Amino acid sequence: AENEPSWDTPCTKLLVYVSTPGCDGYPSLDSKESYKLSVSKGSMLLSAETVWGALRGLETFSQLVGRDENGTYYINETEIVDFPRFPHRGLLLDTSRHYLPLRAILETLDVMAYNKFNVFHWHIVDDPSFPYESSTFPELSKQGAFNAMTHVYTASDVRTVIEYARLRGIRVIAEFDTPGHTLSWGPGAPGLLTPCYMGKALSGAYGPINPIVNSTYQFVTSLFQEVSTVFPDFFLHLGGDEVDFTCWKSNPEIRAFMKEMGFGEDYKKLESFYIQRLLDIVSSLGKGYIVWQEVFDNDVKLRPDTIIHVWKDNNMQYLKEMANVTRAGYRALLSAPWYLNRISYGQDWIEAYKVEPLSFEGSPKQKALVIGGEACMWGEYVDVTNLTPRLWPRGGAVAERLWSNETVRDVEDAYARLAAFRCTLLGRGVQAQPLYVGYCDHEFGGV
Amino acid sequence: RYYEYMFGHSRWRRRGRRPLAARAEPELLQLQVVIEAGDPGCDRHPHLASSEAYHLTVTEPVAVLKAPEVWGALRGLETFSQLVHEDDYGSFLVNESEINDFPRFAHRGVLLDTSRHYLPLKSILTNLDAMAFNKFNVLHWHIVDDQSFPYQSIYFPELSDKGAYSSNLIYTPTDVRLVIEYARLRGIRVIPEFDTPGHTQSWGKGQKDLLTPCYNEGQPTGSFGPVNPVWNTTYDFMTKFFKEISSVFPDEFIHLGGDEVDFNCWKSNPEVKEFMKKQGFGIDYAKLESYYIQNLLDIVSSYNKGQMVWQEVFDHKAQLKPDTVVQVWMENNYAFELSRVTGAGLTAVLSAPWYLDYISYGQDWKKYYSVEPLNFLGSEKQKKLVIGGEACLWGEFVDATNLTPRLWPRASAVGERLWSSSNVTNLEDAYKRLTNHRCRML
Repeated sequence: AENEPSWDTPCTKLLVYVSTPGCDGYPSLDSKESYKLSVSKGSMLLSAETVWGALRGLETFSQLVGRDENGTYYINETEIVDFPRFPHRGLLLDTSRHYLPLRAILETLDVMAYNKFNVFHWHIVDDPSFPYESSTFPELSKQGAFNAMTHVYTASDVRTVIEYARLRGIRVIAEFDTPGHTLSWGPGAPGLLTPCYMGKALSGAYGPINPIVNSTYQFVTSLFQEVSTVFPDFFLHLGGDEVDFTCWKSNPEIRAFMKEMGFGEDYKKLESFYIQRLLDIVSSLGKGYIVWQEVFDNDVKLRPDTIIHVWKDNNMQYLKEMANVTRAGYRALLSAPWYLNRISYGQDWIEAYKVEPLSFEGSPKQKALVIGGEACMWGEYVDVTNLTPRLWPRGGAVAERLWSNETVRDVEDAYARLAAFRCTLLGRGVQAQPLYVGYCDHEFGGV
Repeated sequence: RYYEYMFGHSRWRRRGRRPLAARAEPELLQLQVVIEAGDPGCDRHPHLASSEAYHLTVTEPVAVLKAPEVWGALRGLETFSQLVHEDDYGSFLVNESEINDFPRFAHRGVLLDTSRHYLPLKSILTNLDAMAFNKFNVLHWHIVDDQSFPYQSIYFPELSDKGAYSSNLIYTPTDVRLVIEYARLRGIRVIPEFDTPGHTQSWGKGQKDLLTPCYNEGQPTGSFGPVNPVWNTTYDFMTKFFKEISSVFPDEFIHLGGDEVDFNCWKSNPEVKEFMKKQGFGIDYAKLESYYIQNLLDIVSSYNKGQMVWQEVFDHKAQLKPDTVVQVWMENNYAFELSRVTGAGLTAVLSAPWYLDYISYGQDWKKYYSVEPLNFLGSEKQKKLVIGGEACLWGEFVDATNLTPRLWPRASAVGERLWSSSNVTNLEDAYKRLTNHRCRML
């Protein structure tokens, strides 16, 4: 009969065809991730232009395989032509507020691949700790890590992360955030941070990186020379957010410098002065850069190929910012509505899912400058004890928004698929938390 | 197990005795545990009136932990284990101390919900351990509800056969006994909650004619509402069911629920409407709810069990026995509710400000810590009627994948508020101790 399943022709092979070789290379912003999947009686074919597309298709294929009550694996006949809506679909992890052991990062990369995320934004150092072991400046982690023996990422660890990511088509973009968010750099790099003053005397506290001494720029050049070699991606994230001017204002040498340069009382100009030199240094090292939105907001002179990372979310102001950034001709990344560290009661994945990155006022040309976005999991209240359940399956809502077509937005349908996907994650050994009441065939055993 | 807690996680992993090399510092050789009561209670279950006081003297060469009952000895052992610390060279140290301790409130509980999500045994046991580390002494087991019925009943096996999420997501009698015994060894009472007449959708799957059929324009719609209060079979069922529960759970108290009863289905049902008329209840369905609850309370009393109920049972003016415990859970004006409940001479347990399932960004433990349960208008006598509180972790968004990090160490703030003296309120100091305690729990 026509509609009988042909259990007698089991499919044994998935043929994977990649037209452009590149298995030994690294994925980039321009990588093509499209693929075609054809499953029919007698043949299963996955074809893609690049190996990165093949990886996406393989993930899809793995999600199509089901198992019936008799234990037989099966897959429906299907024709899929798929490609991502946005080329930059990232996840930020913060390993400074809390150290994350290597296996936590590697597991996260696995789950990112299940969700077709393709950028790991590694916010590796910040105020609380400096876990990155630098070969040029070993004192940075020796003095700045929570524990220099146990809470650091060695050169080998970093290489492991980069390669593990590459094998999953994930780019690793490191962020060395300056001039603010650098307190942990101070102990290992004396003279780098601005000493703060209380009246005429040193207070003992330190502020952002000192922008007026040459030693700063020598240091920054050497450090970024190393970072540029260690991290193969074309882009580096240079930070530039939340610079607190109080310490600079208190320092007499800096005040004198401000006068000399004719900056008046506008410390944004001093910040720009530093950032501009930093950007020049990084460019000369042959890297592109991403910066947080303050750098754009504070009128720093940027190269036209700078990517601006929009993160401030007060009352949907981020849409205005996206419009401003793209109107000025810069490419934009959206994170503002996707701060997954901001937990709240209930199904907050829905708000993340409903975000429409291009729903701002602007021309099609402007909208084309939005290259994607990133879900952020800042680490103030997160470490390995709660990272995975907090991140998944909520992160999946962002992943779909960035990959799928704009028209895919039905929340009820998404709920059904995301809840099922969560059970799949459990089956794959991922400690993903529930979306709502219910159960999975394979429950998590408990910790 | 306390030996393991104190020495098992040593970086130096020294097992067995260290050679007694000559050391200048005094050495503590032994902790003697003395239980003063003629009958220490080791083979019995803890109860509301159990003594948890202890006296700990740490001095060389022998430290002494004295307690009237074994339950106090457990609390003192926990304290002692927290005093022992390791120095950088792998030596274990403890400061000379003299501690006289006892809890401020006798009922210090954690509510776990195993109906919205099934919780595997391992998860429950791990949390009993964590509770013991925080001197909690009541596990309020909200075992069944609308979504699933995982409790395997001996008299009514169909309840879990048809009502559990799936056949392996149940608690067998052996599982239940294990939880009760594991808890007992940690001085924790297990108070089960079989919430009726609302929150019972899953009961209807395995027990026909228990729930009220809902009607629309004279015809049954196929859906069901709360337990049917007008049929005799309902009370026959409850009599038999609670006979089992009374014998399976050794604690003197059973929680009977009674919260959030939706009257719409009752209002639609012709038999119920007829009954209301006959009883002269008018259109006040709260009276019908109270009628049901009163019958239920009588049934449970006949098994010599005390009852705990949610506040609606009191609010809707059911006739309660004087030793019924009312659990105050509605956040709005809970201080006022405490006044009213204790003003009526009833004992109260506070949960309203401690719904730990209501997560939010940041250090919300501070607001749990800052609650002062006796901040309500009432006499000294009234205030004595507040016997404690419970941190509730409802299960809509919680299962074994996120339970432990969501509950701890936030519940520790509640634990301290319920054990320590009312003047222990400094947040900065609490932060230091809580972060240390968190590392210890890890």
